[in-house]
Amino acid sequence: MSQAVTDPHATTFKTLATVLGDGVFSTSQYLDNLRLHVPASRLIELLTVLKNQCGFSFLAELGGTDYLGYPGHTRHRFEVHYVLLNIDTTERLIVKAGVDDPNPTLPSAYPLWRGADWMEREVYDMYGIVFEGHPDLRRILMPEEFTAFPLRKDYPLRGRGERHNFQKLSREQS
Amino acid sequence: MPANLLDEPEIGEESKQPYLWTLNFGPQHPATHTTLRLVLDIDGERIVKATPYIGYLHSGFEKLGEHLNFNQYVTIVDRKNYISPPMNEVAWHHAVEKLLGIELTKRCQYIRIIIAELSRISDHLLCTGAAALDLGAFTAFLFAFNQRELIYDIYEEMSGYRFHPGYTRVGGVMQDFNDRVIQRVRTVLQSLPKALADMEKLLFRNRIFLDRMRGVGVLTREDAINFSCTGPLARASGVTIDLRKDAPYLAYNDFDFTVPYATEGDCYARFQVRMEEIHQSMGIVKKALENLPSGPVNVPIAEKFPMPDKGTTYNSMEGLIQHFELIMPNRGFETPREEIYAAVEGPNGELGYYLVTDGSQIAWRTRTRPPSYIHFQVFPHMIKDHLIADIVAVLGSLNIIAAELDR
Repeated sequence: MSQAVTDPHATTFKTLATVLGDGVFSTSQYLDNLRLHVPASRLIELLTVLKNQCGFSFLAELGGTDYLGYPGHTRHRFEVHYVLLNIDTTERLIVKAGVDDPNPTLPSAYPLWRGADWMEREVYDMYGIVFEGHPDLRRILMPEEFTAFPLRKDYPLRGRGERHNFQKLSREQS
Repeated sequence: MPANLLDEPEIGEESKQPYLWTLNFGPQHPATHTTLRLVLDIDGERIVKATPYIGYLHSGFEKLGEHLNFNQYVTIVDRKNYISPPMNEVAWHHAVEKLLGIELTKRCQYIRIIIAELSRISDHLLCTGAAALDLGAFTAFLFAFNQRELIYDIYEEMSGYRFHPGYTRVGGVMQDFNDRVIQRVRTVLQSLPKALADMEKLLFRNRIFLDRMRGVGVLTREDAINFSCTGPLARASGVTIDLRKDAPYLAYNDFDFTVPYATEGDCYARFQVRMEEIHQSMGIVKKALENLPSGPVNVPIAEKFPMPDKGTTYNSMEGLIQHFELIMPNRGFETPREEIYAAVEGPNGELGYYLVTDGSQIAWRTRTRPPSYIHFQVFPHMIKDHLIADIVAVLGSLNIIAAELDR
């Protein structure tokens, strides 16, 4: 069988090449996971084209990873992945965008998918990546008073004593 | 019923403010079942705005996943959606095995399908039963929970634990199904149809139940897609996605089943979809049990990653070496330096893992795609303009498991 028949992403790449031209993203693949690595500046452009012209109407997953100290890692420290799903053809694509310290910032996908709302808030909560254009970027799982970002690799497993120093409100004070 | 149909005095935008009350709902409330908190802005009985505050049960499961090896972490994934623990285990090891390139034996695939479908049944029984309970139909809940007890008996027999079995291992399961497990699965298959029929008789023509479910919490197809909804929630809104059909994993290709869906998108549609899924899952379990292949359940230890069972460890040199390599903290086999997103169809929707490995036995990153978390963000949208009493109906139909929500 030729590559054109077996490659489920052929149509998508054709559309992407027509609309965006070359040089916007690079690809990598592991098993059936095809990843598009895109710079933060062109992320929304790529996602918009994928959503509106390639039929990826569904944002299945959004999450972050911290690669600090990852053996042989040469790309950005943080990477955020967007798993997109085409509901009609069940084709899946992973878009990955990288950001670095200090002040990691990415444009928000909230205008494209409202489902990105809490998923982006969680990435902000855990990694401190700011999503510009998100209407309500607050901490979601950790308390508001928490200052660190717990899923970063330089944050220790047992914490930095926040739990013991947590402000307690006694019955008399309340 | 949406309350905006009621007569509403016309008030200007600025003078409307004093009329709004703030009501705190939860974190401890009988209808939330677990620890959820909502802050409601209400205009009389009508909800103008609902703001969920979550994180009360946050226990850093994903951080723990970066410090436990692939077999140890199975005890943690159990505690995510504790209503259907085997499904979490199947999902976790599905991702691990896909990344390591391990092909399961046919018998193991069937066993995993059986435990996955049993946990789907168990989850849907809880959801439908508790939804009825919250709306005052106590008996249906008891019928559902009787069956859940029988499913817990299966977990107990197969693994030794009732609630958090921790049954799967990389490349296999903890121990093979014995005759008593199979007998107990048969018991469930025999008694379940009667219980379902009883529930359906109690609920499908129950006027109070129908009035409180129909037309409440409507989610349109567009919104379901836009909000990343999956599972029964999406299928009740007409989005017919099911990973068992779309991207068959394990041996789901061998089974003939239908994916129930509805187009109304209200609480009753979700309830019906779940009830019908129980019937479909029963069919799958029955077929899998009839055709359960013989042969070894675990992949051979030459594959390196699977944990050898006790007999192999104590009676063969290879088994002992393998066990030593896997158990000792500074030993172990090399994993690929790769990352993968792999998902299974959980009872609540797509249950996926984004797994990154760095060559060691311990994952670099174990991101969970928790369906409860993603579905709960729809709640403020669905509950808008409804009455306070509708909160329990909508919450019950979403089946939010707070341990999975907060992780």
